[in-house]
Amino acid sequence: MKKHLLSAADLDSGDITRILDTAAHLAKVTDRAIKKVPTLRGRTVCNLFFEDSTRTRISFELAAKRLSADVINFTAKGSSVSKGESLKDTAITLEAMGVDAIVIRHGASGAPWRLAEWVDAVVINAGDGTHEHPTQALLDLYTMRQRFPTLAGLRVAIVGDVLHSRVARSNVLALGTMGAEVTLVAPPTLLPARVETWGAGISYDLDAVLPKQDVVMLLRMQLERQRAGFFPSLREYARLYGLDARRLEAMPEHAIVMHPGPMNRGVEIAADVADSIERSVIADQVANGISVRMALLYLLLGGPAVGDPPVPAVVEGAAL
Amino acid sequence: MSPLGQGSGPGPAGPSSPSSRSHRPAGPSSRSGPAGPSNSSGPAAGPGPVLLRGGRLVDPAGGHDATADVLVRGGAVAAVGTGLEAGDAELVDCDGLVVSPGFVDLHVHLREPGREDAETIETGSRAAALGGYTAVCPMPNTDPVADNAGVVEMVAARGREVGLVDVFPVGAVTLGQRGGELAELGTMAHSAARVDCFSDDGRPIRDARLLRLALEYAQAFDAVIADHAEDPSLTDGAQMHEGEVSAILGLQGWPAAAEEMVVARDLLLAELTGGRLHLCHLSTAGSVALVRAAKARGVLVTAEAAPHHFTLTDEAARCFDPVYKVNPPLRSKADVEAIRDGLADGTIDAIATDHAPHAREDKEVEWATAPPGMLGLETALALTITELVEPGYLRLGQAVERLTAGPARCRRLPGHGGPVVPGSPANLTVFDPTAAWTVAAPALASRARNTPYHGRQVRGRVVHTLLRGTFTVRGGKAGW
Repeated sequence: MKKHLLSAADLDSGDITRILDTAAHLAKVTDRAIKKVPTLRGRTVCNLFFEDSTRTRISFELAAKRLSADVINFTAKGSSVSKGESLKDTAITLEAMGVDAIVIRHGASGAPWRLAEWVDAVVINAGDGTHEHPTQALLDLYTMRQRFPTLAGLRVAIVGDVLHSRVARSNVLALGTMGAEVTLVAPPTLLPARVETWGAGISYDLDAVLPKQDVVMLLRMQLERQRAGFFPSLREYARLYGLDARRLEAMPEHAIVMHPGPMNRGVEIAADVADSIERSVIADQVANGISVRMALLYLLLGGPAVGDPPVPAVVEGAAL
Repeated sequence: MSPLGQGSGPGPAGPSSPSSRSHRPAGPSSRSGPAGPSNSSGPAAGPGPVLLRGGRLVDPAGGHDATADVLVRGGAVAAVGTGLEAGDAELVDCDGLVVSPGFVDLHVHLREPGREDAETIETGSRAAALGGYTAVCPMPNTDPVADNAGVVEMVAARGREVGLVDVFPVGAVTLGQRGGELAELGTMAHSAARVDCFSDDGRPIRDARLLRLALEYAQAFDAVIADHAEDPSLTDGAQMHEGEVSAILGLQGWPAAAEEMVVARDLLLAELTGGRLHLCHLSTAGSVALVRAAKARGVLVTAEAAPHHFTLTDEAARCFDPVYKVNPPLRSKADVEAIRDGLADGTIDAIATDHAPHAREDKEVEWATAPPGMLGLETALALTITELVEPGYLRLGQAVERLTAGPARCRRLPGHGGPVVPGSPANLTVFDPTAAWTVAAPALASRARNTPYHGRQVRGRVVHTLLRGTFTVRGGKAGW
């Protein structure tokens, strides 16, 4: 594996398999009464969040804490960043404080690449602009692997605002690496330029796509896209691309529904679909996020070389 | 922003109005350089005679490309021929070197007034001289904007004081470059700066009627309107060329069509009005095709392209380093090919650098936060040779034409671009077309460091630059 996790394209299929296997092992920690192992004791992880994202930040924070790392949360609001400090100066400051890993969420595409140039610490991209969100893709793959024997050949539809979605970009890359068959479904205005070069199928017609899918992943639709004229109204969007009970019926019985959250109920997903215990794995995605991020921190912050056992033996209560 | 400056800046009666220039000249076409024929305020007091001996004289305006000696006396070319006697002149051996008219850059940003931390007229002039330039045309997007006689006279006067390169300021077309009301084009044209080119560069002239009026009005003083072709309704928030790379990087795209539709509009308005139109920094294959077709039907239009648009592609953005962010953006490989072809067949008249210095802290940020623009003056010759001549797109003579006679023709700049004949001002560049070197940002004379070519191996290096017979660069070094 590379030093940093900036893009899902940084990972080959061996890397992804290793991360998911490690995550499966570490998930056992979460199942125990005392949810902590001493693996990263003495290491410091900084969550550097320039955008509000409570769920991703908490997921990384729990992942680091369950591995006994020290965690600093550095958010743009109320920090020197809000007083005009540059990303570079923030990076230099964190480096001087001796952090081992920086988890960065930033509104500008490419910000983690800039950060990685300025620090020696490991950089993990927790979402950059409209570019990538590789840990989301990894937790999505982990969730799919829980339900299906293999990712190769798995048919996955990604539905919605692909143009502005970092979740879609990272998933297309990671699913492509693992041999899944991805179909992007969106109105033409919300598909990126030259999307036909991405190696995924393209469709404007959700109803035509649904009966052939194993996984249907819905993307969050933001109201501001309608204001910017990408589609006429949320009502029309929901009618054409929203997943409701009728469309759920059209999916194969084994097919699952995913969403990276937060959901707009009634827009891209109807409430009864989101809450469907048999079909929706949205809550699993959240839980799996912690295990996958534990695995990443573990592997990037000095895990054993390939071939070694994935994690040291878990000692009950060791972190107490 | 006050049209007369910010109080602390030089006003309309600033350092640029000595009595010898306080009267209006007969007209813009009567001038012989911004300093006037009697200028002697160069870095050295009165140049001595010089014989440039044994070089290959490439003088497209004079139709000359052969070995010749050039004798310079009293700031002018005294004789051109073979076997000239040095006499009392300093002998400068040019064996293996090319002697050409001094280069002319139609498009630079010298940042003064307003952003002297990024570049000044002095540092920019030094960079220009080191790049082989004897004339540069700074764009008006300064602070305050050069939309009035006071600012353009200050820029011209400061250029004369520095004396390393002739500075021909470009005036704004509209007040504050806001695209609303016309600036006082006539007053700038008749000022001591004798402005003969107007542009809102950095921004397009959005309103078609306003551009039409400017193209008509400017004919009264035979001035050129230079447009930055970009339809802002298609580029609001755009970060890079729209294509496969922008889609993957999640950076908002700047489609080629946003340039081409404005180029098409501008060409139609030039045809309608008969005005002189110049198109800045063409970057797309479609723009080149439109200009080629317009020239074929006789439209009065000239065009320029920047070295980065024939050297780099949008692939450079993959590292997210905003040193590669520029407007118009780096385009596709096919666009680069089209720009090269356009320069080869003369559709594009001039290589213009769009030299755009930015302070380090302004570029050491996230891509979307950084301002667009890159340095160009000190690398233009090398890129022209390395990217256009060596691969065979242009012969050396054509390349020199696009750096000299071509741009001088776009603005009808007298005394620049050749021909190198007895009596003409000795604005000359001597370069080694084969010298290999590596671009190093810290070694540049520009105050800024935002060159996208740091570490790049190139060929072609300026050895001497002479401005009216005075060495502004000697042996590759400025300071004479």
